[in-house]
Amino acid sequence: MATTAPAETAASTMGTSEVITMAGVNKWYGDFHVLKDIDFSVKSGERIVVCGPSGSGKSTLIRCINRLEEHQEGNIVVDGIELTDNIKNIDAVRAEVGMVFQHFNLFPHLSVMDNCTLAPIWVKKQPKAEAETTAMKYLERVRIADQAMKYPGQLSGGQQQRVAIARALCMNPKIMLFDEPTSALDPEIVKEVLDTMVDLAKEGMTMICVTHEMGFAKAVADRVIFMDQGEIVEQNEPNAFFDNPQNERTQAFLDQIL
Amino acid sequence: MADITSNTGANFVPTEPRPAPAAIRPGPMTWLKENLFNTWYNAILTLVGIWVLASIIPGLIDWFVLNALWEAAPADACREITGACGAFVYEKWRFILFGTYPFEQQWRPGAAVILFIGLVVLSCFKPMWNRSLLVIWPIGLAACWILLSGGIFGLDHVPNNLWGGLPITLMLAVLGCLIAFPISIFLALGRRSNMPIIKAFCVGYIELIRGVPLITILFMASVMFPLFMPEGVTIDKLLRAQVAIIMFAAAYLAEVVRGGLQAIPKGQYEAADAMGLSYWQSMVFIILPQALKITIPPQVNTFIGMFKDTSLVLIVGIFDLMFTMRGAIQDLEWRNYYKEGFVFVAIIYFVFCYSMSKYSQWLESELHRGHKRL
Repeated sequence: MATTAPAETAASTMGTSEVITMAGVNKWYGDFHVLKDIDFSVKSGERIVVCGPSGSGKSTLIRCINRLEEHQEGNIVVDGIELTDNIKNIDAVRAEVGMVFQHFNLFPHLSVMDNCTLAPIWVKKQPKAEAETTAMKYLERVRIADQAMKYPGQLSGGQQQRVAIARALCMNPKIMLFDEPTSALDPEIVKEVLDTMVDLAKEGMTMICVTHEMGFAKAVADRVIFMDQGEIVEQNEPNAFFDNPQNERTQAFLDQIL
Repeated sequence: MADITSNTGANFVPTEPRPAPAAIRPGPMTWLKENLFNTWYNAILTLVGIWVLASIIPGLIDWFVLNALWEAAPADACREITGACGAFVYEKWRFILFGTYPFEQQWRPGAAVILFIGLVVLSCFKPMWNRSLLVIWPIGLAACWILLSGGIFGLDHVPNNLWGGLPITLMLAVLGCLIAFPISIFLALGRRSNMPIIKAFCVGYIELIRGVPLITILFMASVMFPLFMPEGVTIDKLLRAQVAIIMFAAAYLAEVVRGGLQAIPKGQYEAADAMGLSYWQSMVFIILPQALKITIPPQVNTFIGMFKDTSLVLIVGIFDLMFTMRGAIQDLEWRNYYKEGFVFVAIIYFVFCYSMSKYSQWLESELHRGHKRL
């Protein structure tokens, strides 16, 4: 995998304005306290990798950013829009935030092309021809343009996940969320998806990625966040995070996975 | 990777694929032995099966063919034979199909039925699935109505209490299911809604309608409903029965559709949400196409059930196909030939229900083509 020095890319693309801020965010599933007093912010162009044991709340954290999960306490502001019950705000945030899921969640009854153009046509009201041109552009970028007329069920897992990335990019999002994008893939296929994500990172996309691919974190992340039991235990730039973890819990986790 | 292979010096070369061994087709005796007499209990079942068939089939052939009279003949001729009295069908088929509709005008319900079936068959083909249906259906239905009811274009007016038989059965069943279908989608979505009033209404409606027999609803529609209407306001009896059938079918179909909605993985809803699609957009483009496709078998099950359940409208004095058949055997001369009547009507029902079943199988494979579910 490409090992660009993170400091270099960070300096070139990261802005100073904060596109996501979470302040005092708490969330419960029933009695289970899944997010505890999360304070967290992301600058424009920043690439963040979130890791932690299962059940630590890392997926819930990023799913709160596009309101797939509702937080009960605290404030979340995305691109200047506060997430409340207001559906207009939620829709406005979702139009700015692309998401890629662990299980791809492509629409099996629609062709790859239709998967990519549905939201631009109906949410962004783009003309069909324009949406298709954009879709081809992104499908080419994830190197899958030749499969545009196939259905998701005819593609391999890695191809499906690349389509899912292209589908999210077609909405021209300011922020991309990745929820364990490679966890459901065969080991030999993981790389093709990671390469696509590395390309995206190099282009300056603001990314938050829940993953255990530490090679990816070292290569592109500006900041690595470690969560456990609903709290952010430690966050640091990748070299310091991996070489010199401050917290014993982080150390124990890294010993397990590296 | 490369260093591992160079360490051992071996390189993986895939084996050329070989064709699967050819299946050996057993001879008839081997087949019999392997499939029908392979164990002692299967041998007994086979013998019992042969005995049952041997005792039924000759009788059926005698009744249907050998001793039957399949030609127009007076009722007396049938008394001399022991088999099926086809003469009954020759004599009464027009009454069974069209009921008390004026005899010399019966080409009109006949044409209406052919037009209506043509309309349905036309709508079954994929190239027709577009806006043209929105034009064809109103025109076709209006034409059927004019044919049946008359009053214009020089056609005599025939009040609908004289209509009967096949047109009534087809209209009640097909229109009932067609109109109930969209209603059922709203009911199913409503039942899963977060909005308490809508949810309560849909749950209440579905449980109430499903909880009572169709006969009760037909009775309510025909007997009790007029009591609640202000004086002088009457709603046509046929229309009331049609509405009752629609309400009943909608409640059943709603639960079928709800089952489909629940079978769609959560990830599909989440992906649609994450892309910013509105509720209705995600339902129309993402969820319903998948949910309706996987529920085709139970939907058709409900349609077929409704088609046959329309025979209950005779309770409220509407002359459907079953009723006109019973009417035909009221004729003193022909009253002994109810078997022939029932078989005749059964064949008609079977043709329609079996067509629906075959069409649904075709539809499933057609919608399945080119892609499979994840």
